[in-house]
Amino acid sequence: MSERLTMVTGRTRKQAIGMHKGKDSPEYREATGLVEMNPEDMARLNIEDGGQVLIRTAEGEVELTAHAGSLPAGLVFVPMGTLVNRLIGTETMGTGMPSFKGQTVDIAPVGEREGSS
Amino acid sequence: MILGILGGRIYDPRNGKDGEVGDIWVKDGRVVAPEDADREAAQTVDAAGLVVMPGGVDIHAHIVGSEVNSGRKLRPEDHRGHERARSGNLRAGAGGTVPSTYLTGYLYSELGYTTVMQASAAPLVVRHTHEELEDVPNLDKGAFIVMGNNHFVMQCIADKQPEKARDYVAWLLRASRGYAIKIVNPGGVENWKWGKNVAELDDGVIGYGVTPRQIVQTLASIADGLGLPHAVHIHGINLGRHTSARTTVEMIAALDGHRAHLCHLQFLSYGAGRGHVHRSEATAVAAAVNASAGLTVDIGQVIFGDATTMTCDGPLQYGLHRTTGHKWINDDVEGESGGGIVPITYKPSNPINGTMWLTGMELFLLIDDPWRVFLSTDHPNAGPFTSYPQVIRLLMDRDYRREMFDSLHPRARRGALLPELDREYSLGEIAVISRAGPARALGLEHKGHLGVGADGDIAVYEECADKEAMFAHPRYVYKGGELVARDGAVVADVTGRTFSVAPEYDMGIEAELREYFKKAYTVSFDNYSVLAGHGAATEIVACG
Amino acid sequence: MSTVVEHVTCTFCGCLCDDLTVEAEGTEIRKVRLACSSGQGIFMDYDPRPRQPLVDGREVEWEEAVAEAAAILSASDSPLIYGLSSSASEAQRKAVALADRIGAVIDSTSSVCHGPTGLAMQAVGEPTCTLGEVRDRADLLVFWGCNPDASHLRHFPRFSLTAKGALTPNGRADRTVYVVDVRPTGSSKKADHFLQVDIGTDFEVLTTLRLLVKGLEPSVDIVGGVPVTELKELVERMKSCRYGVAFMGMGLTMASARQLNVAELFTLVAELNEFAKFSVIPMRGHGNVTGADQVLSWTTGYPFAVSFARGYPQFSPGEFSAVDMLARRAADAAVIIASDPGAHFPAAAAAHLERIPTIVLDHGPSVVASHAHVLFPTAAYGVDAAGTAYRMDNVPIPLKSVISTGRVTDEEILDRIIEAVA
Repeated sequence: MSERLTMVTGRTRKQAIGMHKGKDSPEYREATGLVEMNPEDMARLNIEDGGQVLIRTAEGEVELTAHAGSLPAGLVFVPMGTLVNRLIGTETMGTGMPSFKGQTVDIAPVGEREGSS
Repeated sequence: MILGILGGRIYDPRNGKDGEVGDIWVKDGRVVAPEDADREAAQTVDAAGLVVMPGGVDIHAHIVGSEVNSGRKLRPEDHRGHERARSGNLRAGAGGTVPSTYLTGYLYSELGYTTVMQASAAPLVVRHTHEELEDVPNLDKGAFIVMGNNHFVMQCIADKQPEKARDYVAWLLRASRGYAIKIVNPGGVENWKWGKNVAELDDGVIGYGVTPRQIVQTLASIADGLGLPHAVHIHGINLGRHTSARTTVEMIAALDGHRAHLCHLQFLSYGAGRGHVHRSEATAVAAAVNASAGLTVDIGQVIFGDATTMTCDGPLQYGLHRTTGHKWINDDVEGESGGGIVPITYKPSNPINGTMWLTGMELFLLIDDPWRVFLSTDHPNAGPFTSYPQVIRLLMDRDYRREMFDSLHPRARRGALLPELDREYSLGEIAVISRAGPARALGLEHKGHLGVGADGDIAVYEECADKEAMFAHPRYVYKGGELVARDGAVVADVTGRTFSVAPEYDMGIEAELREYFKKAYTVSFDNYSVLAGHGAATEIVACG
Repeated sequence: MSTVVEHVTCTFCGCLCDDLTVEAEGTEIRKVRLACSSGQGIFMDYDPRPRQPLVDGREVEWEEAVAEAAAILSASDSPLIYGLSSSASEAQRKAVALADRIGAVIDSTSSVCHGPTGLAMQAVGEPTCTLGEVRDRADLLVFWGCNPDASHLRHFPRFSLTAKGALTPNGRADRTVYVVDVRPTGSSKKADHFLQVDIGTDFEVLTTLRLLVKGLEPSVDIVGGVPVTELKELVERMKSCRYGVAFMGMGLTMASARQLNVAELFTLVAELNEFAKFSVIPMRGHGNVTGADQVLSWTTGYPFAVSFARGYPQFSPGEFSAVDMLARRAADAAVIIASDPGAHFPAAAAAHLERIPTIVLDHGPSVVASHAHVLFPTAAYGVDAAGTAYRMDNVPIPLKSVISTGRVTDEEILDRIIEAVA
């Protein structure tokens, strides 16, 4: 099944370290290729810790590794980077700033792409 | 390059010239004797009938650095409608009361000014001041370093170690590439970090127990002892308050014969009036100034219209924010200073603004010696420097002055002395208050006159009845012998110099400072001096 | 030859820690002391080998690369100059000079970090202070929508949470610390109080705090997921502290309402000064993004999103900001200086950078550099070039050159381009 959740992006320590290694480095790919989720949301959506999920917005879609984190229900966190930016729209509400935090996303375990939403 | 300005009426008060017809020769940027100028190779300008003066010298303006730049960022509404497009090698810019750096240089050129002193810089952020100074063309410059709330200075005073304070001040002037010691609301800015202020010269500074009186006396004495070219430059206590005239007169007495410059005196010359409207105490303050030979002042004349108030006087700015409701910046600077910014519009219909305006006028007219009172608007606090021509007209034309006085709110006019003051400044006196006087007070030997050896900074005006129009549109302006403005419009962008001082001190203090910095600052001692990193190129003016 | 350089400044984040020691052998950096894990890579992962510029991936001489860059800019009707945050102010000044000369739009990474903070400042002002005041005086800290534990790793020990100062000799024990965020973070775990707000409700929570400061009573018990009783407790602490400081970050600028969130916080802080000394400091990110604001402000009057297209500076976020310029395909050429919009912009905006000719100045590999038409491999300010940067509290700090590589600086390249387009 797929569900609409709210996404925030942000800096992590590993993202910063990976950035110095290069955006094509394994460190960067690992650091930015994950999504932290509320464990209850994961259970309800049938997403395993360490499992792959597909996140979709009107802008695009991306596959990330899901990790259980201390997120409130309904909120997911993705480290800033090239991957998550496929999901972010260019609307800046007249400020220059896209919605890097608060974008709604559809999220589902990989393989349930055509699931109900 | 040789330049000859021929047959003009020369107003060069320092050299005793009051409109005599004569020639000025400039070679390699300096004024030379006629016999040293090769007339065949010279470019000459026929100045017959024109007024020739030294380039203007502004002793107190906020044109660059942290507070000015925060003011620029804060006020997009100030810039729109005040834009300047790029043209040839001239840079674009914007800003009415807080113009961008290049535009600032150009606008001064268009008034015939060639030297401007930045009125304040906290040493922790003076690297910023120097970066901006590099981007101000067409002017020679210098920066005053705020020390009146400096922890190290106050601790030396508390510990009764004036020699250590002197060594520190000398070191600090070198490290900051500063030109003079500036004091702003001594002790009051430190107390503002506790949400408080000082009100009397003998109030205590929290945590140090020292007083504004001690701070002023110590720093005035240090400035004299080090032989700094400019005296201690003081913004006193109670600025804007109805007690300010009293404490200004007390401050003058406390200086006890030391040299000092009191800046924007208008803001510090009020008494209590009826109905919460201050009254001018210009008479009492001018009398105290007249009686103190070692004292110079600038006025900070209020200009009706938009202004941006910005001072290191944090509690004052908070008060303005609370009074006006306008947006407010505060900036407390560790160990050294603070500051605030509030936009304001001065209106003749506002009785308090009217009182401020006439207080400035009265001071100009009541201080007898033009060599000790200088033209300023405390740019951009009382108004922008671009209004200097208007102030000149007000001083030279009593009918115009009377007309403006009559437009003030009746409560400002009530009982005012100004209508009785018939004095009109002469062109020679204007040359003193805007050139020769400030240059002398700054100890800039090459500025403010046109004698042999002076910098080739020259403004040529066409005299007309409307003195505002005359001074707003100089026919020619030269900076170091190069034409930078013509018919009131900038035509060239030349690099100016920054002046600094390098007083002697006991180097032994550096070891103590290195230790002090570990606890007192969040910046390493080695990175604090502007000599580290990119550095700041300045020209040293000798102490003596 | 081995060298040891002390008091070195790290350019990773807005803390600009200037107490590092760097040991090098020739041009190879061997060891960096005191840098955090984010800052280490600035030095340790730096490739000091001089490289030739590339035009369409082909190594060329500098003259050719400069000529090609000038040709691209001369042919452009609407060039965009973007980045600046990892450069020095000396180069930022040149970038504005170039924009002025060619009538470009110039924007910095501010527009995608604290641009909204600048808009809030323009609306309501900003009572602030330097970080030393925080260390020496602050007994109440409120971190709102920021996570220094992940983004500014030495902020806590050097300036805020545990820093010891004149009036805070016991460091952490002398402070009460709040974190307000939409999720628990490394920072919230170190706080005394964590207020978890629902995403998108910062404005309501801040408005409620303002109301409580004024002594008014809200008509609800919970705002943004936070019990009003907890907000009341915070307000009491705010009104009675000796020196309070709020730090704010992307949690306010990137969420819905953006600058309105920030303006509400700044207004709250201003209003608190009726009761207690209170300041706010935006947690500026990349090394010298604060310097980009400063330089643009002193040269144009505006902090970011400035157009010289009409010959004079015009300011219009949402129009002259880089994401908007690219998303609307309004730029027909770009100069990217020391930043990677290829990686950090929404994909649809970044994609336009692959459609138009780009001139990239960078000291290392990046997404945008990988498809640059002209690539200038530069020196890195603070590593092999000296300069000036501005800390998050606007304190200018010198950047040292700790190794000599002979690589060319942004400043030099921009100078040559300016000369070539003139």
